[in-house]
Amino acid sequence: MAATLQINGKSMSVQAAPDTPLLWVLRDELGMTGSKYGCGIGQCGACTVLADGQPIRSCSTPISVLGAAKITTIEGLGGTHPVQVAWERHDVPQCGYCQSGQIMSAVALLASKPKPTDDEITAGMDGNICRCGTYQRIRAAIKDAAGLPQVASDAPPLDVPAPTPVPAI
Amino acid sequence: MNKPLDRFLADGATRRDALAIGATLAGGALVVGCSPADILALGAPHDFGAFGPFIKVGADGWVTVVSKHIEFGQGNHAGLAAIAAEELDADWSKVKVEFAPANAKVYSNAMMGVQGTGGSSAIANSWMQLRNAGASARAMFVQAAAAKWNAPAGEITVQDGVVSHAKSGRQAGFAELLPDAAKLKPPQAPTLKDPKTFTLIGTPKVRRKDSGLKSTGTATYTQDIHLPNMLTAMVAHPPKFGAKVASFDDSAARKVAGVVDVFQIPTGVAVTAQNTWAARQGRDALKVKWDETGAETRSSDQIQAQYAALAAGKVQPTGATWQPFEAKGAVAQAGAGTAAVEVTYDFPYLAHAAMEPLNCVAIVKGQSCKLIHGSQSPTLDQLNAAKIVGNLPGNIEVETLYAGGSFGRRTNFQSDYVAEAVRIAKHVGGGRPVKLVWTREDDMRAGYYRPLTHHAVRVSLDAGGMPAAWRHRVVTQSIMKGSPMGTPKLDETSVEGAKGSPYLKATPVVDAQVLSADVGVPVLWWRSVGATHTAFVMEHTVDQLAKAAGKDPVEYRRMLYAKAGANRHLAVLNLAAEKAGWATPAPAGWTRGVAVHESFGSVVAQVAEVKLENGQPKVGRVVTAIDCGTVIAPDQVAAQMEGGTCLGLSAALYGKIELKDGEVQQANFDGYRVLRNSEAPTVETYFVTSPNPPSGVGEPGTPVIAPAVANALLAMGRPPTTSLPFVKS
Repeated sequence: MAATLQINGKSMSVQAAPDTPLLWVLRDELGMTGSKYGCGIGQCGACTVLADGQPIRSCSTPISVLGAAKITTIEGLGGTHPVQVAWERHDVPQCGYCQSGQIMSAVALLASKPKPTDDEITAGMDGNICRCGTYQRIRAAIKDAAGLPQVASDAPPLDVPAPTPVPAI
Repeated sequence: MNKPLDRFLADGATRRDALAIGATLAGGALVVGCSPADILALGAPHDFGAFGPFIKVGADGWVTVVSKHIEFGQGNHAGLAAIAAEELDADWSKVKVEFAPANAKVYSNAMMGVQGTGGSSAIANSWMQLRNAGASARAMFVQAAAAKWNAPAGEITVQDGVVSHAKSGRQAGFAELLPDAAKLKPPQAPTLKDPKTFTLIGTPKVRRKDSGLKSTGTATYTQDIHLPNMLTAMVAHPPKFGAKVASFDDSAARKVAGVVDVFQIPTGVAVTAQNTWAARQGRDALKVKWDETGAETRSSDQIQAQYAALAAGKVQPTGATWQPFEAKGAVAQAGAGTAAVEVTYDFPYLAHAAMEPLNCVAIVKGQSCKLIHGSQSPTLDQLNAAKIVGNLPGNIEVETLYAGGSFGRRTNFQSDYVAEAVRIAKHVGGGRPVKLVWTREDDMRAGYYRPLTHHAVRVSLDAGGMPAAWRHRVVTQSIMKGSPMGTPKLDETSVEGAKGSPYLKATPVVDAQVLSADVGVPVLWWRSVGATHTAFVMEHTVDQLAKAAGKDPVEYRRMLYAKAGANRHLAVLNLAAEKAGWATPAPAGWTRGVAVHESFGSVVAQVAEVKLENGQPKVGRVVTAIDCGTVIAPDQVAAQMEGGTCLGLSAALYGKIELKDGEVQQANFDGYRVLRNSEAPTVETYFVTSPNPPSGVGEPGTPVIAPAVANALLAMGRPPTTSLPFVKS
C-alpha cells in the first residue's frame, strides 16, 4: 500500500501497510538507519524522531496517524546541528546506539526551552534510556548547546574547546 | 578429510582446544601456553601490509590502527589507537581505527589465548603489542628518511606524523616516505619510548574516534545491515528454559504479507521475511506447542530459598560439593565465638539488556559462512559456526561491527544467537544473507543472566574490634559449568573479589566456601562478573563491622588495609575520602557512604552522597578514585567510571529478573526498570598515579556503587541491606 510521508523536508512515497510503525518504514523501506529499535513499545526512546517539532516514538507510531506531519530524523539534522556538535565535543556516546534518540529529544527540549533548568533537562530527557550511562555527559552537552554554565567541580577538566555561540534552535 | 576438520566436526572440542576456548572468560584466571591458535587460525587471512597486522598507513598519510577488540562503548578504540600513535609519533588528528578480521592467532587476546574481548583486558593485553607495532613502524619511517636524505638515523626525529632532520632542514610526512618505508623489514625489537616522554598517552588529547559517527546516526550496527536479497528472521523461543518444540501451526504466520518461510530449528521456530515488521508479525502469529519435559520449572523465589537452606546447612547438597576458596587458621573455629555480624545477602538474576537487542547477519553457502555482527569473541563464533556448516573455524569469515552494548552478553561458549543465525542461514542456503533479529522481549527472556546468588557471612571481632574469624558461604550457579574446558571444581568467577579480599587477608581465621547449584537457567558474566555480588557483600559487611567496633568506616578500612598490606586500596581510599571531604560534614540532607573494590587489576574507591526520596535511595555526587596503572585515555576512564556507576546503580536500585514456574516474568523496560537521566548521579573521577602497566577500566567502575549506597543507608541508621534491588516493587 502506498503512502506519502514528509521526511526531512522531502515528500517520500513508501510501500507499507497503514499500521506499519514509522520506525520500520524509515529503516527497512527508506534505508534511514539512524533511528534505532530498542524496545518497540515507546519505553526507551532510541527511535525518537520529531513530528512537527514534537518528539515521538517512531517504533509505536503507525504511519497512518502521521498525515501531513513534518518528520525530522537524525539524518535531517545535517551533522552540524549545535546539539550534535556539543555531543561530539563532550564525547557523549559510548556504545552510541541510543544517541540518535537522545539527540532528537535534546533538540526538541531546547526548541521549547532554550535555557532549560537542571530539572527541565532531566524531565525532558527521562524518556530516553542509555544503558552505558552517559547521562551526565548528556546533561553537560545540553547545557553547552544552550550556552549554560557547567556544574562546578574540581574534577580533572576535559580538554573541551570553548563552546561556540549557538544560534537559536 | 583433514585432521583439524575432523576434530572440529566432532561435537565437543578436544581438551587442549577446549582449554583455550574456555579461557575466553570475563575473569582473570586465563590459560596461557596451551592455545590451539594455530589450528583455529587455519584458513584465516594472514596477508598483512608492510607494517604488520596492527598498523596501516595510507597514501594520504592517515594512520589506521587495527583493533582486535570490539568497541561497544568501552572507549577502548581510543586507547588502543593512542598506544600505537604514541610510539609512532603519528598526528593524532589523522589516526583512525578499524576492526580486525577474525584470526585466532594474529589477533589473539594475550590474556585469553583466542580472539575475544572481556575481562576488561583490551588495553592491558594490547599494551606492549601496540607499543611495539607503533615503534616498529616509526623505525621504518626513520630508516627510510635516513637513507633518502643520507643522514644518520640517530639524527632523525618524528613528531605529529612529520619526519625531520634538523641539521639539513629536511622534512617529510608519512605519505611521502611511505613507498620507501614500506619496502623495509620491520625491526623485531624496536626501541620503545621512556614513558616519561609520552606526549599523547595519559593526556586529555586522547578522545574517542567514533563520537562523530555516533552523534549523526551514521555508525553501523548489526541492526543497520541491509544487503541485496537479504531476509530478516525472528524465532519463537520456548517460554521455559530447556523446553523444545512439540508441534507448531504456521498457517496464520504464512498469511502475513512479506513472510517467506517458517521452519523448525533446534532453538525454536524460525520465521523468515522480507522485512523486520513482517518477520515480527509472522513470528507473533505462530502457534507453538512446547515439550516441557526436562525444562526448568522452578520459580526464582524457590531457587533463592533453596540456596539459603543450603548455605545455612539445613539442606545437604546433592551432586555438587562445597569448595573452599579461602581457608586459614583454625577453620573449624570460624563459626565459634560471638558473632559481631551475622548476615545473609540475596542477589537476583540480572539481564544485560544492552540497548541493541541481539542480532546477527549470517551468509551460508555450502560449507562457506560469513558472519557480520558485533562479535565479542570472533574465535568462539567461528568455532560454533564451523560446527554447523562443517568447515574449519579459520575459514569462517567474521566482520565485526560496533555493538549497541553488551555488558558480557555478546559472548558465551555456545555463541547462542550467532549459532541460531547460522542455522537459519544454512536452511535458507545459497549464500542468501539472513539477518536474525531478536526483539527486546526475546533478548530479555532468553536467559544468560547474572546468576542468582546467596551469601551467608558470620564474623567475630577481637578485643580491638578487628575481625578475628570470618565464615563465608556462597551458593550460586557456575558460569563455567558445561564450558568446553570442562566444569572446574572451583569456579573463580563465583567468588572473585571475596577470594583475595584484603579483609580476609587481615583476618586470622577464615573458612570460606562456595557451592555451585544445579539449575537449568543459562547464566553468564555480567559487567564485573563475580564482583557484582562479592563487592557488595565484602564492603557492606565491613561497614557493619565498623559499626559494631564503633569505628568510622574509612578509618576502619585504613586499619584493615594496613594489616593486609593493601597499599593500592589504601591509596584510592585516601584520595576518594580527601576529594569527597569525608572529614567534613556532608551537604545538608545528604549522607555519605564509602566502598572500595579491586577487580580486573584495578582498584576503585567511591564516596557516594545519598538521600532518601519517596522512600528510595537517590544518589547525587559520587567521588571516584581509581588506580588502573598507567592511564592511557583519562577522559575515557572517567567515562567508564560514570557509565559503570550508572549500570551498577541501575541494577542495585531496580534490576531483577524473576521466574515463575520457570517462566521469565520481565519482558521489556516497563517490567525491567533501568536507571534514567533524572536518577543518574554526577561522577567525578580522580587517578592515583602509578607506573604500572595499564589494567582494566571497563568493569571495575560497576560494582562499587551498590555497597556505597547501602553503607550510606546504614549511616542514616537504617538496617543493613540484605537483598538487592533496593527498590522492592
